[in-house]
Amino acid sequence: MILFWIALAVFGPLVWTADPTALNLGDSLLPPSLTHPFGTDSLGRDVLLRVVNGASVDLQIGLFTVLPALIIGSLVGALAGYYGSFVDIGVMRLVDIVVAFPFFVLVIAIIAVLGPGLINMYIAVGLVGWVSYARVVRAEMMVAKQMDYARAARVLGFSDTRILLRHLMPNVIVQALIYSTSDFILNILLGSSLGFLGLGAQPPTPEWGVMIADGYSFLARAPWISALPGLVIVALAAAFSLFGDGLADYLRPEIDR
Amino acid sequence: MGAFLLRRTALLVPVVVGITLGVFLLIRLIPGDPARVLLGIHATPEALAALHKSMGLDRSLGAQYVIFLKALIRGQLGYSYFFGEQVVDLVLARLAPTLFLIGYATVLTVLIAFPSAILAALRPNSIWDQAVRFASIFGIGLPSYWLGVVLVYAFAIAIPILPVAGYGETIGEHFSFLLLPSLTIAVSLVPLVLRALRASVMETLRAGYVDTARAKGLAWHRIMGRHVVRNALMPAVTVLALNIGYLIGGTVIIENVFAIPGLGGLMILSIGTRDYPTIQAVTLVFAILVVLVNLLTDLIYVFLDPRLRAVIR
Repeated sequence: MILFWIALAVFGPLVWTADPTALNLGDSLLPPSLTHPFGTDSLGRDVLLRVVNGASVDLQIGLFTVLPALIIGSLVGALAGYYGSFVDIGVMRLVDIVVAFPFFVLVIAIIAVLGPGLINMYIAVGLVGWVSYARVVRAEMMVAKQMDYARAARVLGFSDTRILLRHLMPNVIVQALIYSTSDFILNILLGSSLGFLGLGAQPPTPEWGVMIADGYSFLARAPWISALPGLVIVALAAAFSLFGDGLADYLRPEIDR
Repeated sequence: MGAFLLRRTALLVPVVVGITLGVFLLIRLIPGDPARVLLGIHATPEALAALHKSMGLDRSLGAQYVIFLKALIRGQLGYSYFFGEQVVDLVLARLAPTLFLIGYATVLTVLIAFPSAILAALRPNSIWDQAVRFASIFGIGLPSYWLGVVLVYAFAIAIPILPVAGYGETIGEHFSFLLLPSLTIAVSLVPLVLRALRASVMETLRAGYVDTARAKGLAWHRIMGRHVVRNALMPAVTVLALNIGYLIGGTVIIENVFAIPGLGGLMILSIGTRDYPTIQAVTLVFAILVVLVNLLTDLIYVFLDPRLRAVIR
């Protein structure tokens, strides 16, 4: 199922080369039919075509919001956990400030300051999202650095950098990776919510949240515009959440779920 | 109890300081002159100079923060040039609908999640249990705003029986106007709490005192009401409190779907008009709200579990 979505995102626009943003006002608000299986929107664009193109947009949102947070958060958390003392205190106070705010509100506030748009949305989510990874990795690191293999590496005189990156990181990153799969889904939902509110992807980008907002204005006359993108989000999220459960089982076989 | 409250409140001080620091730094994130940002592009040079002086922009960041804090303590959150009003008044006027929505949604969440969790826990692997598990997998990915749109279609367009925009005038109207928005938030919150609730009810069912109660021959509804539900309430409160940030995020979105004149609507409106003092204030209020809910949660613990009273005294 995951492969289906990725294939759809990568190959969909290649196979079906029509432009998802091209206007065709003569065909506006057509109900579902054979030529337009899910109808057309207010500007005569095929809803199915836009949803297919939206797959790559929304998967990219998931990727570009998770990756920076995962990398920065894991590094910061690892350093804080490994070195302890003032590095740790400094990092954790910063974390405390960020988590005092409701996640969504803080993201919106940062977007408000930077201005709406996809890139600024990535920055905002990254600025807030890293704390979860930092917390997870820090906790793991504090345990891992006491393990025998870490002590052995230290006795052997390896440098801190080498111990951190080669010996400890591969062990502590697992938990962060498991978390990142559920974060990925939540961030796609977040990204599409922001698109819906007009703060994320901007029209005419075929982003699912933007499409639902488009359709909302024509709900009484053309409910199909909002229907399909929403169903697709639900299906995609379910696929990835099952994938996340499976990955957690695979990476952590010793935990009996 | 008083001493507990005092000590618990003292613990909040660093959190609140952190929040004010965060909100203070937020405006400093904008490249350029903060005074110009706050006043907007049509500001006169005189107004700019006056604000420069009052914000202490010629002084250090630390001094600016102290000035910001002093104003905050006096209850000054700035002036909104877009609305032509003090931001404090603006925020206070919009607070009630948001609080109403949050409370209403929480009650609906409990009303949906609790019976479902109990039914699922009583008969593990039954059809009902499977349905609950299915709902918690698919429900996680259900975008609340889309659900809102679907409900608007169902109850306002297909079968027009409920109002879908605004807040209403009387208390009764508040309940009917906010039914769909609250239901939307509740449905998106239920999957998050369901799994934990089911586990906690199952654990309570296995406890010794439940067996004792059963052995005494107590009626089933008495066992459930007095013993199981009351003990499973604690984890339920924890789960709900943990999701308060999520709940508040939900209200921001849903207020915009249903055109409710609350803080979330105000926030999105202010972004469109680049009304930074208002954005700053709403962010602050939402964060303080989370702090207060956490405080309230601790009080509910003490109320629910008399054993804690002995511990904290």
